[in-house]
Amino acid sequence: MRAVLGGAAMVTVVISALILFVLFRGAIDFFRSIGWDFGILVDDSAAPGWFPRRERFDLLTIVLGSIVMGLLAMIVAVPLGLGTAVYLSEYAPPRVRRIVKPAVEVLAGIPSVIVGYFALKFIAPNIVDPIFSPDQPRNMLVAGMAIGVLVVPIMASICEDALRAVPMSLREASFGVGARKSTTTVRVVLPAAVSGIVAAFIIATSRAIGETMVAAMAGGRDGSGPRVLSPLEPGLTMTAAMTNAAGGTDQVKAGAPFQVLFFVGLLLFVLTMSLNMIADRVVRKYRQKY
Amino acid sequence: MIQVQAVQPERTAESSVVFSVRDLNVFYGEFRAVRDASFDINENEITAFIGPSGCGKTTVLRCLNRMNDFIESARVEGKVQYHGVDLYDPQINSNEVRRRIGMVFQKPNPFPKSIFENVAYGAKLSGRFSKTEINEVVENALRQAALWDEVKDRLKASALGLSGGQQQRLCIARCIAVKPDVILMDEPCSALDPIATARIEDLMQEIKKDFSIIIVTHNMQQAARVSDRTAFFTTEINPESDRRTGVLVEIDSTRKIFSMPSDERTELYVTGRFG
Amino acid sequence: MSTVELSPTDLRNREKSRGSLVLGFGLLVAVTFTLLSLFVLLARIFTQAIPAFRERGTDFITDTIGSEPGISGIWPGLFGSFGIGVGVLLLAVPLGLAAAIYLEEYAKPTRFNRFVIVNIRNLAGVPAVIYGVLGLIIFVGWLRPITNGGSVIAAALTLSVLVLPVIIITGMEAIRSVPTGIREAGYGVGATRWEVTRDHVVPYAMPGILTGTVLALSRALGEAAPLIMIGAITGLLPETSLTGKFTAIPMLIYNWSGRPDSAGGAIGWSNSAAAAGLVLLVLVIAFNLTGVLLRQKFEKKRVGT
Repeated sequence: MRAVLGGAAMVTVVISALILFVLFRGAIDFFRSIGWDFGILVDDSAAPGWFPRRERFDLLTIVLGSIVMGLLAMIVAVPLGLGTAVYLSEYAPPRVRRIVKPAVEVLAGIPSVIVGYFALKFIAPNIVDPIFSPDQPRNMLVAGMAIGVLVVPIMASICEDALRAVPMSLREASFGVGARKSTTTVRVVLPAAVSGIVAAFIIATSRAIGETMVAAMAGGRDGSGPRVLSPLEPGLTMTAAMTNAAGGTDQVKAGAPFQVLFFVGLLLFVLTMSLNMIADRVVRKYRQKY
Repeated sequence: MIQVQAVQPERTAESSVVFSVRDLNVFYGEFRAVRDASFDINENEITAFIGPSGCGKTTVLRCLNRMNDFIESARVEGKVQYHGVDLYDPQINSNEVRRRIGMVFQKPNPFPKSIFENVAYGAKLSGRFSKTEINEVVENALRQAALWDEVKDRLKASALGLSGGQQQRLCIARCIAVKPDVILMDEPCSALDPIATARIEDLMQEIKKDFSIIIVTHNMQQAARVSDRTAFFTTEINPESDRRTGVLVEIDSTRKIFSMPSDERTELYVTGRFG
Repeated sequence: MSTVELSPTDLRNREKSRGSLVLGFGLLVAVTFTLLSLFVLLARIFTQAIPAFRERGTDFITDTIGSEPGISGIWPGLFGSFGIGVGVLLLAVPLGLAAAIYLEEYAKPTRFNRFVIVNIRNLAGVPAVIYGVLGLIIFVGWLRPITNGGSVIAAALTLSVLVLPVIIITGMEAIRSVPTGIREAGYGVGATRWEVTRDHVVPYAMPGILTGTVLALSRALGEAAPLIMIGAITGLLPETSLTGKFTAIPMLIYNWSGRPDSAGGAIGWSNSAAAAGLVLLVLVIAFNLTGVLLRQKFEKKRVGT
C-alpha cells in the first residue's frame, strides 16, 4: 500500500519535471528555428510589435502588455480586496459578515471565461466607453479591470487571514490606552499584518499575470499587435500570445510562430513561480513572529 | 436562590470616590455573568478583586473602562459612575473613557514595535504633546515603571526582545504615558515568575500616589500584600439552569477581609477552605 | 494627585476624527464595490440569458451548435464538460487523495518529502495556460494512440493534472485535522497503518476531502485556457464522442462572446453566451450544494447520530 500511495505522490514530481521538459525543449526548438538570433526578441524597427507570422517576436510588446494589464488589475484589486478584508476582520458585525464572506467566496468561484464575458458586455460598453471613449471597445483597461475583479477575492481572503492572525491582545492593548478603532486598525493591526498583506499582493499579481481568458477575450488583440503602453489601446499579454499561437486561425503547428509559445510559456512559468516563491517566503516570515 | 447582599463598608472620610457602581449586571447573550454588584472605589488606593474562577471579577473590571464593548454579545445594566459621570450614557465617548482609565492585561501584550514606539503610542494619540515633549513623556513613564535603567540604551530595539517581566512593566509604562487617572490591572502577574512579580508589586506601591489602581488577582497573598481594600466575588449556581453567575460578596479594607470578614463565604475562601 | 477636575463634557467629546470617518467610508466603499461587481456580473448573465431560454426553451440544452444563435444549442459542450468532470472524479480525485494520504500518514519528514510538498504548492500556482502546453505535448502528442489527439479524453487528463495540486493540498489539510487520538485508538487494537488510515483517518477527514473535490471539480469545469491550448473546437460540428473533436461549455462562452450580434434574429450570440454561462454557473453551484449536503451527512456520521 505504501508503494501505491507513494507512487501517487511521485506523480506530482513527474508533472513538474514534464512541464519543465516540455517548455525547455519547445523553447530550444524555437531558438533553433530562428537560428539562435536573440536580437529578434527586441524589435528595434520604427514600429515595433509582436507579429509571429511575420517572424517578428518583440518580447517587450507582450511583457509590457502583461505588466500594464497586471498593474491595472492590481489598482482595482488592492483597494477592493484589502478594504473588504479589513472590513470583514475589524469592522463587520457577525450578521453582515455571514453575508459578505460567502459572497466573496462565490466571486472567487466565478470561472474566468464568465468574467471575460462580463468585461466585453458590461465593463467595456457601460464603464470604459462612456468615461474614456477609447478607439476600440476592447482594450487593456477593460481587460485589466476585469482581471482585477477576478483577483479581488484572492487579495481579500489572504489579507483577511493575515489580519485575523494578529492577536486580539494587541488590539486590546491599543484600546486600553484609549485609541480609536480606526487608529488601532491603521497603527497596530495593519503594521502587524504587513507581511501577510505583501504576500497577498504578490500572489494576486502572479494570478493576474497568469490570467489568460480575460486577457484573450477583452485585451483586444488576436495574436499580434504593435508595442503599446496606453491602457486605452488594445494590447496583448504573454498568455494571450500563447493561446493564439496554439490555436489561432492557422492550424499549422510547426515553425517559429508556433514554437514561440513554449518560450513565452517558459518565461511566464519562471515569472509566476518566482513571485509565488517570494510570497511563500514572506508568509513564513510572518508566521514566525507570533 | 440565596439572596446575597453585598456588605458596604463605612467610607473613610479623607478618600474621595472614583467609581460608584450600583446594581451592575452583565450578560453574555442570555447568560448572566454578574448579578447586582454595587461598590465604590476610592482614589489613590489599590483595590483588589479576588475570588474563584468564573466569579466575574474580570468581567466587572472590564466594565469600568468599557472594554466589554468589544465583546459582541456583552450587555451591561446598572450604573457605573466615574467621578459622578455615567460611563454608559450614550453620550459618552468610550475612547475618552479608556484614555482616563487605562488597562494592563493578563499576558504582556507589547506591540511588535520598538520600546520607544510602544510607550509613545498612546501619548501620541492624545495629540497633546509636541515631539520633544513626547521624548520626555516616554522617559518619565519608563522611569515610573522602573524600566528606564534597563532599556534606556536600547529604546529603538524591538519590545518583543524584552523578558516577560520587562514586557509587563513596559505595558504599564505605555499605560502611564497616557496620564490616566485610574489603572485597571487584569491578573498582571499571572504569566510572570516570582521575582518579576515582586518588581511589579513594588512598582504598584510606587505609583499609587499618582493613580487609583484596581487589580484582579487569583493570588490571595498578592491581594493581601499590595491592596488597601479588597472585594471578594464568588459564584452562585442558578438551580434552574445550573449556570454560574458571579456575585460580589463584600468589599472592605484588606486587613478586615483577611482577618475578620463579615461574610462566612469570604472567610472560607481566604482561609483556603473553599475555592 | 488631587481630585480630578472632571467636567462630564470631557468624556462626552464624541466628535469623530476625520481619519476615522475617512477609513470607515473607504472600507464601506470597498466592500460595496466588491459586492456590487458580483451582483452586477450575476445580474448581467441572468438578464442576458433569459431571452435565449425564452426563445429556445429546452432546445438550447439539447440542440447541437448551429450557425445562428436562433438555432444553436449547447449539447456538445455539455457532453465535453461532463466528460471532463467524470475524468477528474475518476482520475484526479483518487490520485490526489492517495498522494495526500502518503504525504500526511506515511512520508517521513525527509528533505526529499519536503521538496515534494513545496513542489505541489508551486504547481498550484502555475497558470492554467501552462497546463494547456503540457496537455498539448503529452496528451495530444505523445499519448495520441490513447487519446486520438485533442479529444475529451485529452481534456480530462489535462484538467486532472491541473486540479491535482488543489485536491492534494485540501486533502492534506483535512487529514492533518484528524485528532491523533483516533489513530492511536486504532493502533491500540493492533490495526496496521493502512487499516487505521482506511477505517478511521479517511472517514474522519471526509468532509474536508469533499470540500476539496467540489473545489477541484468546479475549477475544472470553468477552465477554458487549457482547452484552447489542446485544440478544443470553437466552431461548428464537434462530435459527441470520447475520441473525436470536442468542445466544452467554457469554450462556447469564449467563442460566442467574441461574435458580433447581427441585427435581425430574436436573440444574439451574446444571449447564447450568457445562457451558456448561466448553465455553467448552475452546474458549479449544484456541485457546491451537493458537496455541502454530503459534507453534512459525513459530519453527522462523525458525531454518531
